[in-house]
Amino acid sequence: MTKRYRFDKEHLVKTILTVFALSSLLFLFLIFIFILFEGLPLFLKVGLNKIILGFKWAPTKGSFGIFPMVVSSFLVTFGALVIGAPLGLSCAIYLSEYSGKRMKMFLKPALELLAGIPSVVYGFLGVIYIVPLVRNYLGGSGFSLLSTSIVLGVMILPTIISISFDAIVSVPKTYREGSFAMGATKWQTIYKVIVPSAKSGILASFILGMGRAIGETMAVIMIAGNALKIPTSILDPLRTLTGNIALELAYATGDHRLGLFSTGVVLLVIIMILNYIANFGIKRKVLR
Amino acid sequence: MPKLIGAFFLFILTTLSCCYCNLSDDASNKKHTVTIAGSTSVMPFTEKLAEHFMVDHPEYIIDVQGGGSTAGVQACMNNTVNIGMSSRQLKEEEMVLQEIVICYDGITIVVHPQNPINNLSLKQIRDIFSGKIKNWKELGWVDRRIDAVSREEGSGTRGSFEELVMRSEDIDDGIMVQDSNGSVKEVIATDPYAIGYISLGLVDSRVKALSVDGIEPSLKNIKNKTYKVIRPFIYLSKGKLQEDSKIFVDYVLSKDGQKILIKEGLIGIHD
Repeated sequence: MTKRYRFDKEHLVKTILTVFALSSLLFLFLIFIFILFEGLPLFLKVGLNKIILGFKWAPTKGSFGIFPMVVSSFLVTFGALVIGAPLGLSCAIYLSEYSGKRMKMFLKPALELLAGIPSVVYGFLGVIYIVPLVRNYLGGSGFSLLSTSIVLGVMILPTIISISFDAIVSVPKTYREGSFAMGATKWQTIYKVIVPSAKSGILASFILGMGRAIGETMAVIMIAGNALKIPTSILDPLRTLTGNIALELAYATGDHRLGLFSTGVVLLVIIMILNYIANFGIKRKVLR
Repeated sequence: MPKLIGAFFLFILTTLSCCYCNLSDDASNKKHTVTIAGSTSVMPFTEKLAEHFMVDHPEYIIDVQGGGSTAGVQACMNNTVNIGMSSRQLKEEEMVLQEIVICYDGITIVVHPQNPINNLSLKQIRDIFSGKIKNWKELGWVDRRIDAVSREEGSGTRGSFEELVMRSEDIDDGIMVQDSNGSVKEVIATDPYAIGYISLGLVDSRVKALSVDGIEPSLKNIKNKTYKVIRPFIYLSKGKLQEDSKIFVDYVLSKDGQKILIKEGLIGIHD
């Protein structure tokens, strides 16, 4: 009798957990449906080319070109990677290869804290400190590609560090021992053996970092300057896809609103592609 | 043990339901609620008015929210708010709503206090924002790019600025965009080479207001209609105002209400 009861309970718990687990899938699905439902009509009405490749964004006057924003989003992401990738990778290598236990105990929670700082705080600090620095020493208004890249570069550090750290740690010990046995120094081992064998995981960390940078909104609106042109220098202001949605959502009605949802659709597709590439990379090597 | 837990939950449930009953009793018997939403330019002044109003009429709750002029119009049409706020003229398809002008506001062209320029012509301002003038040298100052700041598409302030200053020309794509009067002011106050436009009521010592065509944006000049860049602040309602809303709007239009608006740097309707 007791056994039967236990079995039912186990079964019940399993069912409930399955339902909850699938609910996240349901949310994803619903978000997808809603964004497509709201965003696609404009693609049909105005035309895919005129939206994705159009240069002029004046939604209240019937132009919905978001090409400059797509380019700007990628520029910002690339800039963030230029700053975040070397820093993040060095930190991950230090953590896994050089740091002692005590240092690790100190650094890891600090990184988690860095990941937990709300983006509006990053944005605020950027406006108060980085923007004036750039303006005073390099020129321009300070609201620029460079300032945004610096702030985003710092924001994506935790993502890059934690994932590339996992990748480096999961390199088998025998690789290291083999390398040392051949007479290689520690640094030679790291850049000839460990980093190459953790390559796909490190790349995946960069790509996930890109995903975070491209999706960042609040900090970007505050620092990027939000001009609609494609920036011609790193000191020019620019507007990203996410920034466009957040800036104009409050006032948008009718086609303007649909235009913002179309921006969302494009953003979703870009992020899906990035995530797909990252997952593909991780699955092939690290999780094997 | 399970009994204990059950008792605990029962206890919480009863407490909660009691609280809920009390709250709902209070709300339905005593308080009248008026919800207002719309333009972020009108919002701070409406909040101030509501504060004063609620001191005199403790039985009222005035709930003021932002969202923007267009959102205010929309919300008013959908009946989700009692009163909508707009800082631009209504478009043709929005004309079904009833407009109540509560005051007028000047749009001021502002620069950093260190900027030596005091006056620009309307044409020069138009040229700056349409991207034809890009350097302060062309206006008789240092050889440095102009950091012009505009508002985002759909904003009431931008709408009025386009109508009053830009006329048929478009604001250039290279112009920076900020999403509120406050952020524009913040940029102007920190960047010595910036220029932008904000509501007259929000000008303070951190920024410098420019004369337009030689006319200072002062209350006097707006009242005698020599300063041209002004716009109305409008309350909107769908059909006739409800009783509760009407009492608030009457207060806003009364001498006391108007006095508060004038003290905030706006121009009353009776002037």
